[in-house]
Amino acid sequence: MRVYVNGEAKELSGSISLAELVTQLDLPATRIAVELNRAVVRRSDWSATVLHDEDRLEIVHFVGGGSV
Amino acid sequence: MSTAIQARSGETLIIANREFTSRLIIGTGKYRSYDQMREAHTASGAEMVTVAVRRVPLDRSSESFLDHLDPALQILPNTAGCYSAEDAVRTARLAREALQTDLVKLEVIGDPTTLFPDNEQTLEAARVLVKEGFVVLPYFNDDLIMAKKLLDAGCAAIMPLAAPIGSGLGVQNPANLRIMREQLPDATIIVDAGVGTASDAAVAMELGADAVLMNTAIAEAQDPAKMATAMKLAIQAGRLAYLAGRMPKRLYASASSPLTGNIK
Repeated sequence: MRVYVNGEAKELSGSISLAELVTQLDLPATRIAVELNRAVVRRSDWSATVLHDEDRLEIVHFVGGGSV
Repeated sequence: MSTAIQARSGETLIIANREFTSRLIIGTGKYRSYDQMREAHTASGAEMVTVAVRRVPLDRSSESFLDHLDPALQILPNTAGCYSAEDAVRTARLAREALQTDLVKLEVIGDPTTLFPDNEQTLEAARVLVKEGFVVLPYFNDDLIMAKKLLDAGCAAIMPLAAPIGSGLGVQNPANLRIMREQLPDATIIVDAGVGTASDAAVAMELGADAVLMNTAIAEAQDPAKMATAMKLAIQAGRLAYLAGRMPKRLYASASSPLTGNIK
């Protein structure tokens, strides 16, 4: 199945949880946040959140910036 | 502010029950290196810094930018780069989830050339975020009526611009800031954007701003740490001058020495 992470298509071999996806992507475990189909998923719910075909995820972190 | 000066002025900056000694809030962008950013942050005496939210890169492992900040600093996530209320609200929610903070510097931009805020979208986003329990600090045009609407919506402070973001032009409309101060005596007013050098920050404070938020003026200075120190002092000086109450302006001279008793 296919999901979109930050606009990029990712082929997944089977149904996995959001927590597993974060691990597979080798992302830092802290101070990131995830939105699944435009709704924030609390970190405590990552393990129980199973991804589906065509899901759209936004995974963000923090960068330097003042305005715009 | 040194303890002595602070004791004399007897006041701190309070934003939604958080108390700050420094009235300078600074950004984290445009520095030439992390070391330079840290030195500038330390020199500024700022206790709160703002950071932007962006997609995490998937093609490389990235260290957390936040690791380069002094852990003692209060982090103020912003919605920089958002062009709609909806995107700003989504960004704020993500920031809260990642940082477990309810503080947000709300920015909804209306135009890429001027980076002027879209006041209508900003107000819409502010209403949603306040309802969701955020402490909302909105960037907006220096307009009294908009300021009132943002405060009515429940914003904890209001952040009028002094000039376009990153322009360094200084306070372009001092009358607007002065009117805002006079008409909204209880509001927390943080001048955000447009400061170029220390005197600009002092002017903002003399007009009655409670604090100033800046990024480029420090980051793009030849020596950011030195400029950060200058900004710290300018903000203290401007605040004290505001509290002291300046003399009235006169068109003609007014002698400081007695007008009688001169030798003949």
